[in-house]
Amino acid sequence: MAERSRDTDQDALLQFLLRMGDSTLILGHRVSEWCGHAPVLEEDIALANTALDLIGQTQLWLEYAAEVQGEGKSADDLAFLRDVWDFRNLLLVELPNGDFGRTMMRQFLFDARASILLPRLMQSADTQVAEIAEKAAKEAAYHLERSAGTVVGLGDGTAESHDRMQAALDYLYPYVGEMFVSDATDAALTAAGVAPDPASLRGEYDALIERVLTEATLELPENRFARTGGRDGRMHTEHLGHLLCSMQWLQRAYPGNRW
Amino acid sequence: MAHPSTDQVWQWLGEVPDPEIPVISLTDLGIIRDVAWRDDTLVVTVTPTYSGCPATSVINMDIESALRGHGIERLELKRQLSPAWTTEWMSAEGRQKLETYGIAPPQPAGGPERCPRCGGSDLERLSQFGSTPCKAQWRCRGCLEPFEYFKCI
Repeated sequence: MAERSRDTDQDALLQFLLRMGDSTLILGHRVSEWCGHAPVLEEDIALANTALDLIGQTQLWLEYAAEVQGEGKSADDLAFLRDVWDFRNLLLVELPNGDFGRTMMRQFLFDARASILLPRLMQSADTQVAEIAEKAAKEAAYHLERSAGTVVGLGDGTAESHDRMQAALDYLYPYVGEMFVSDATDAALTAAGVAPDPASLRGEYDALIERVLTEATLELPENRFARTGGRDGRMHTEHLGHLLCSMQWLQRAYPGNRW
Repeated sequence: MAHPSTDQVWQWLGEVPDPEIPVISLTDLGIIRDVAWRDDTLVVTVTPTYSGCPATSVINMDIESALRGHGIERLELKRQLSPAWTTEWMSAEGRQKLETYGIAPPQPAGGPERCPRCGGSDLERLSQFGSTPCKAQWRCRGCLEPFEYFKCI
């Protein structure tokens, strides 16, 4: 019995690490799509740097995931050789970039959660999780400063930028709820002291985004309907497959190719 | 054969430049966290500045080739994430060298203290990010020159 419960915990830990690493990987890739296309040079550099931090965090999460999985795989194997149904990222991060405003709104909604979740993970009973979170938390705090500032600047900007930011919020809000849905994997992790219950983060999250969105003169949609299926891999949006086609192309076409 | 002392190794590492900002050394940057001998193996503990900094792998290569050049045969590089790197670990000498080079050193207040070119204090931030993960873009309203600021984390 003891053996089985340990296996269950290991499986839950693997799922958790994939959820963390896949979300930063897919968002990192999405944000990197802006490289060379952003509205001004400074924003282009900022987006590329944000993507770099996210992909760096991915390396740490997926490296540990591969270790827990114990099949001799690397972080790169997990990133480039899995298919859509194996990914455990939030649906929010796989959505197409849209305009610059929507990209920054998505970033803000993601950063706000990271800025609350990562400091909590620094208390994790799993020291490796705690150490990765400590590293990532500093970067997430810096990202939030920029994304929140941009949401305020554009929301409380011109009539055009305000309308675009409101449209971005309306479009993205149904994907926010998934960050706070708890399932059996979360329950196992919470019981083991590895990660907090996602539902327990919602109050602080709501307060944070409400404060920023109010300053941005934007209105939070009343409907709290949540689209789910990414974190548990049940059903991704159609967009993830297209993203993987582009992201994984080289390793699929030339297996094992290295720099 | 006697090992070179750890003090000697620290001194050698103090001569290895940062690959992106070559005026400062790896020890100035504060990313070398420990140097120790484990039997015949020299263990050097390094912490990354930013998790995705592309310089990290180059830094490891530079450490390795520098120490091999000094005759170290058995070397292990250990990555340490915690405690996470902070710009507080940058040496006073490193801060001085940065400023002389034209990069404003990190300040706890979150922005540069003065323009590294003219010393002016009327400054504005252009972007929270810059040419490397560790820098941001600022401009001096006095001399109108843009300059890089080493982010404080």
